[in-house]
Amino acid sequence: MIDDSTVHHVARLARLRLAPDEEHVMGEELSGILEHIDVIRGMDVEGVPPTTHVIALENVLRPDEPRPGLSRDDALREARHVVDDGFGVPRMD
Amino acid sequence: MSLRDLTAAEQVAALAAGKVTSLELVDAHLAAVASDEVGAFLAVDPDRARARAREIDALPERPPLGGVPIGIKDALSTRDLVTTAGSRMLEGFRPVYTATCVQRLEDAGAIVVGKTNMDEFAMGSSTENSAYHPTRNPWDHTRVPGGSSGGSAAAVAQRQVPWSLGSDTGGSIRQPAALCGIVGMKPTYGAISRYGLIAFASSLDQVGPFARTVRDAALLLRHMVGRDPMDSTSLDMPEAIALPVASDLRGLRVGVVDELMGEGVEPGVRDAVGYALRMVEALGGTVVPVSLPTTPLGLATYYVLAPAECSSNLARFDGVRYGPVVDDDTLLDQYERTRGELFGPEVRRRIMLGTFALASGYYDQYYGRAQRVRTLIVREFSAAFDQVDLLASPTSPTVAFPLGARTADPYSMYLADVCTIPVSLAGLPAISIPCGLSGGLPVGLQLAGPAFSENRLLGAAHALEQALAFDTLPPGLVT
Repeated sequence: MIDDSTVHHVARLARLRLAPDEEHVMGEELSGILEHIDVIRGMDVEGVPPTTHVIALENVLRPDEPRPGLSRDDALREARHVVDDGFGVPRMD
Repeated sequence: MSLRDLTAAEQVAALAAGKVTSLELVDAHLAAVASDEVGAFLAVDPDRARARAREIDALPERPPLGGVPIGIKDALSTRDLVTTAGSRMLEGFRPVYTATCVQRLEDAGAIVVGKTNMDEFAMGSSTENSAYHPTRNPWDHTRVPGGSSGGSAAAVAQRQVPWSLGSDTGGSIRQPAALCGIVGMKPTYGAISRYGLIAFASSLDQVGPFARTVRDAALLLRHMVGRDPMDSTSLDMPEAIALPVASDLRGLRVGVVDELMGEGVEPGVRDAVGYALRMVEALGGTVVPVSLPTTPLGLATYYVLAPAECSSNLARFDGVRYGPVVDDDTLLDQYERTRGELFGPEVRRRIMLGTFALASGYYDQYYGRAQRVRTLIVREFSAAFDQVDLLASPTSPTVAFPLGARTADPYSMYLADVCTIPVSLAGLPAISIPCGLSGGLPVGLQLAGPAFSENRLLGAAHALEQALAFDTLPPGLVT
């Protein structure tokens, strides 16, 4: 069971503002889903390695050569607030 | 017979023979998109499509895909054409580049007519999680088309486009293909570049085709696969994708997954799949039962891993660089309100679930454990393919369900992907083809193969498709 304070903590980690009544409903819904997920907690996975990639690949590198990225105009064109040549944001407390 | 009744391959042939122009094809399909009775599209760009058709018609030699129209799931970026991933978070967003797979198709002569509806950020199995509008199933307008690529599936079933692209993380191509009575394929993990695909769960996401025939799906796949320097998980296929020609299944061993044929599968679905399996035998193949005992844990494993990955991928949406923003006085307040207010309920739920599964104190119990169970599932598939060439199961345990039937209970929606998720966890290619009707609604047969067995899968699916002779025209549809 996920209580309200856990929901509040996780919502802060996820940078999601939930109204207090939403937090309670979210806790109930997540608890319901976790009941189904709990079947994997009973599995014996001793000595089983985690899957990190399903198709084995060596480290993939590209030649270390400069190439153009996005132009500044393209990078800024979808931003709602542009200040000088950058993204505009409010103050950080 | 309308131009919309031609398959994509037939349209390519008609263009090559000079029997039709690309502009005529594009106009015929745009007219069907304009009277969009099923709500398959989010954005349409008739001017761009018609301009491109004129350009291709004027070329001295037609490109391989000739100038045939296509619909693109709104999860794939298209330069200057609004791309929302079905979310308010990207309302009005115009990408500054085009996804590699879309670019390759455009270079080969496909013409993008518009962007298709989807569950927000591809999270859902009914397209009801779209922030814009639901999509209706062409076979019964009171029912869902499946999801998350429901718009792409409905657009093809409704013959608004001969083919389309979707993306599949846990079944989002195969399940809607099944529910709409068409063909949908998820290739091997890495076969198609994801550059320009708005990421959901990166260890699972794959792009793939929807079409009315297996041959059309193969034709589309052929022009998308292969390594892309912009996606380090993309790979070159060991052999080119061939257009399937097989007319029998002699020598093919097909394993039927016991765990996916039992409880939870509707009797009508089981009957239609059983009929297709008898057809496999009639075509000279052998059918044997196979047990994959870890398969039932696929759903739980997926609902740890996919939300965990989504919570990381969706961290980029903060209102600063693209999309709308909910302005506030401090940056933290602005982030939290933008994300809290512009993500829909299912996306918020998955971000919360994933953040929880990755949080300190829970990581080992959930994420770490799910990664290990995933290994067991991968091993089971691998062992099964020592015994058989392909695995068969229903694509979806049920036919299309009524709009609204599962929206109140998140887990009941998750169950729609119970047959498709295990294959996704193992990164394997799989195709869904229509194999019959249950209560007047289409049933899909899923065939899965080892990594890079696309040609084997397409060949078997094509032979079976000819024998099953399923009519993909929904009742009442006048083209």
